[in-house]
Amino acid sequence: MSDGGRTLWGALAEFHTPAALLQAAEGLRDEGFRSWDAHSPFPVHGLERAMGLRRSPVPLLVLALGLGGAAAGMAMQWWVSVEAYPLVISGKPLFSWPAFVPIMFECGVLGGALGAFFGFLGFSRLPRHHHPLFESQRFARASDDRFFLSIEATDDRFDRDRTPRLLRELGAEHVELVEV
Amino acid sequence: MATRRGVTLDPEQVSLPARGWAARLPLVAGGVGVAAAAGALLLGAGDRAQLLHSWLVAFLFFVSLALGGLFFVLLQHLTRAGWSVVVRRLAEHVAATMPLFLLLLLPLAFGLHDLYHWSHAEAVAADPLLQHKQPWLNAPFFLTRAVAYLLLWSAMAWWLRRQSQRQDQMGAVVITRRLQRLSAPGMVLFGVTLTLASFDWIMSLDPHWYSTVFGVYFFSGSAVGIFALLIVLALALQRAGALRGVVTFEHFHDLGKLLFGFVVFWAYIAFSQFMLIWYANIPEETAFYAHRWHHGWQTLSIALAVGHFGLPFFLLLLRDVKRHRLGLWAAASWLLVMHWLDLYWLVMPALHEDPAFHLLDPLCLLAVGGLFTATLAALLRRPALVPIQDPRLAESMAFENV
Repeated sequence: MSDGGRTLWGALAEFHTPAALLQAAEGLRDEGFRSWDAHSPFPVHGLERAMGLRRSPVPLLVLALGLGGAAAGMAMQWWVSVEAYPLVISGKPLFSWPAFVPIMFECGVLGGALGAFFGFLGFSRLPRHHHPLFESQRFARASDDRFFLSIEATDDRFDRDRTPRLLRELGAEHVELVEV
Repeated sequence: MATRRGVTLDPEQVSLPARGWAARLPLVAGGVGVAAAAGALLLGAGDRAQLLHSWLVAFLFFVSLALGGLFFVLLQHLTRAGWSVVVRRLAEHVAATMPLFLLLLLPLAFGLHDLYHWSHAEAVAADPLLQHKQPWLNAPFFLTRAVAYLLLWSAMAWWLRRQSQRQDQMGAVVITRRLQRLSAPGMVLFGVTLTLASFDWIMSLDPHWYSTVFGVYFFSGSAVGIFALLIVLALALQRAGALRGVVTFEHFHDLGKLLFGFVVFWAYIAFSQFMLIWYANIPEETAFYAHRWHHGWQTLSIALAVGHFGLPFFLLLLRDVKRHRLGLWAAASWLLVMHWLDLYWLVMPALHEDPAFHLLDPLCLLAVGGLFTATLAALLRRPALVPIQDPRLAESMAFENV
């Protein structure tokens, strides 16, 4: 879809209140749209439910990397103390696991923290230096006092004419097509 | 009834039903408590040492819950917490059971000889270390301190509850400010006295052994206890018909998170105490763990590590458990049992070479628990079950986990 050398990215709908945003999000969810997002200057309670978002996969990654980090931390100390440099310290067995627990714990925390940080970035497809929505002048107010829904043109249900109409029916104050 | 805080509440939501089991509980539990106490005294007449150790475990279990309640209330005021307003009154009531423990202290006061080795003059005469500790560990000073701790905690608990209830009538914001301001020194007093009480009541069972982190250990168990109790209590009150629509899954979720957090904290402190003693390997310190790693106590030690940490850690890690009535109830009830086991594990090796459950253990628990439950149920009858004019009530009721 080329329009004077520009490509249609999607549609942007503007709302004045969080309540209107929630209602419209429920509408889009029920219509079966998939590639869309909501934008708000502050967290809106119940938006995840209104959008029909699935549970984030980040906690599972944190658990896996946390447990993996802890296991790796213990394994590393076992290898160092038993295999590589077997030294008897204060008459204790080579594999004195209680002494290794603090480092195991810290390695677990490190694994979990890295999992949370990079998991969040990865699943959110961040960092990202530019976004097509920044083409819209009005979108700047998403960090001030306006609420937005955006639908990408790649969505199977997207239609150049019908989607903006649907957004208006769902209560949007202003709808525009975003081109890049 | 509409409060001045923009919240509308039905009287049924914030008071116990006048009929049903909740109304009969003070009498029933009180009757059970008195009967069990009489039975324990009769049965224990022939075995005073067992009676007193069993009584001490039961006393510690319930006084630690009351202390946990005191901690919870002080903490919410200190942090100016909004989310917890709808459950704070419950903790105020739990803490306000404190004067009861002055009464429940009596058997211990008359049985110091059967509990504490250092109270025997001939033992002190033969032991330079006990002589050194005598200025602190002697019967009159020990009892004076015990009464002083309980009086101080009672005064704090009653003042916190009284102020909060006065706000129910007038809704004065100045009361919230006063509570916030005085909770700071209150928390310091709480920390110091709780530490000393745990040294006195539990650590001095073996007067040769000491651990500087012991007070924190006792505190961490008390914190686990109060969060578990608040969950069980709020769920029970909702079954009885109160607090519906006031305490929501969001609050249970947060109580579950705090329970999880303090389960981890307990394990952190327990392991810190263990590792330092194990690592330094000094006989007068390792005796504590050596005893609990032999003679069959080993099984209980492992059960405690798994049951008080391993199992609840993975259970409470799950969001769905924290937001599920039965799941959270099961986890909280389990942790209350584990908290009791923790105290049993601290006290009983002083009496028994090998673990030996005695009929007096459940009987004393029933006696102290019955009287505690009766007192708590009687306190809960005084409306309202939530601070209805608290300035943060609306915030608390609208609270959601992001």
